Amino acid sequence: MFARMRVVEKTQLMSATEIDRTLQRLAHEIVEKSGGTANLALIGIRRRGVPLAQRIARAMHGIEHVEVPVGTLDITLYRDDLSKIASHPVLHSSEIPFPVDDKDVLLVDDVLYTGRTARAAMNGLFDLGRPSRVRMAVLIDRGHRELPIEASFVGRSIQTSSREIVEVRLHETDQEERVMLVERVE
Amino acid sequence: MAERLRDLLSIEELTAEEIGFLLDEAKPFQEFQRYPLKKLATLRGKTVALAFFEASTRTRISFATAASRLGADTMNLQAEASSLKKGESLLDTARTLDAMKPDCIVMRHSSSGAADFVARHLEIPVINAGDGTHEHPTQALLDALTIRDRRGKIESLNVTIVGDILHSRVARSNLHLLGKFGCRFTLCGPPMWLPREFECLGKQVRRSSRIDDALEGADVVIVLRVQQERLHEPALPLDEYILLYQLTPGRLKLARPDALVLHPGPMIRGLEIDPAVADGPQSCVLEQVTNGLAVRMALLFVMIATGAEIDDARGPAHAAH
Repeated sequence: MFARMRVVEKTQLMSATEIDRTLQRLAHEIVEKSGGTANLALIGIRRRGVPLAQRIARAMHGIEHVEVPVGTLDITLYRDDLSKIASHPVLHSSEIPFPVDDKDVLLVDDVLYTGRTARAAMNGLFDLGRPSRVRMAVLIDRGHRELPIEASFVGRSIQTSSREIVEVRLHETDQEERVMLVERVE
Repeated sequence: MAERLRDLLSIEELTAEEIGFLLDEAKPFQEFQRYPLKKLATLRGKTVALAFFEASTRTRISFATAASRLGADTMNLQAEASSLKKGESLLDTARTLDAMKPDCIVMRHSSSGAADFVARHLEIPVINAGDGTHEHPTQALLDALTIRDRRGKIESLNVTIVGDILHSRVARSNLHLLGKFGCRFTLCGPPMWLPREFECLGKQVRRSSRIDDALEGADVVIVLRVQQERLHEPALPLDEYILLYQLTPGRLKLARPDALVLHPGPMIRGLEIDPAVADGPQSCVLEQVTNGLAVRMALLFVMIATGAEIDDARGPAHAAH
């Protein structure tokens, strides 16, 4: 369908243990800074935000013994770059099994980069209702923002060049569990 | 999907894989119909031309609503008001619409092959919303989506189609679509309405003029509207048709207990279908209407949301983060 981009792996940014430890820490921070979890709901952005949201919810259950509801958001219909792609994007269902109105929503994604995905996710979220607050948690913040968007909870901030790509690989979606820094080769 | 879908002119030309892709793309739009805020900006700035050279209410409203919910604008051409009445040729009308720069044309026409003809002369995508007795592709797609939702699959089902098969583009598109998934068909109606063409296509098609025999073991029953204007060629009294072919609760019992009843609409209660069947638990008629919106939104999304020339080297799976 399209030429596969050639990339070389540069370094490992996080091991499986580090990912786990970081998510535990994020869960603690979220509980601490949310002023109660009663109204909280996590929404994972497809694709890798989904297993991360589920893991954070599990970790929060371990800390507070609360069941925080978890939803899934597919942002394809809200992307601002559809006119720049030629192939047919594959749509997925958003599964949000709770009313969004007046919820304290925490969006979860693997990498925060330009901020355009977060923008799309907020548009999608507001089509479902009016949350009382929206915050965002990411495993990696790699900089290069193109929009005035910041995450409330960040696993790790790293310096990258725009030729580089941060690949979060999780055992739910990939063959392995680690975060890699790879570089595009022309 | 291997190739970009340019036009949608017929189901016959699609592969089972392409059909499966379109049905999957419709899934999120089915859910979307339940959203409190039914308005996307995905096709903002795009224009869908609705060129209905033949009168249509439900299909036109369905396409117009689908376009509007995706954020697109529509331009409307209706048969009664069009310059066709003044003698303009189909091609001139199509070129005039095209000159107003829509992003696609959805078109219905009373002549078989009309959409194909227009598509050959225009650069923009053409969606066939029904051409003569040839095909009605989006109807077959929404029927397949409805069947797949209720039965979990569309493969290898026993499908009975009752009515005027000869003049029905709905029947033709359904035969092509479900035939690609290994369904077996029984066509039922007065003998003069049962064409032999599908047997030549190598599909598993049986013809029967006895409805009791045709319904036996059916997983899906598609009831076609009796086009009353056709009853006179050759003459068949209406009450005789009702007596012989109306789908009644008693007859439906001959099909499988969980058989689905589909009707493309508009449905004439008391003619081709008994009201008790139309409103019964096996009837899917209203789901078909809602699924029609989802299928048409998916189709418009697939055909005009993305650009045709530039490709993102990273592919569609990678959003920009």
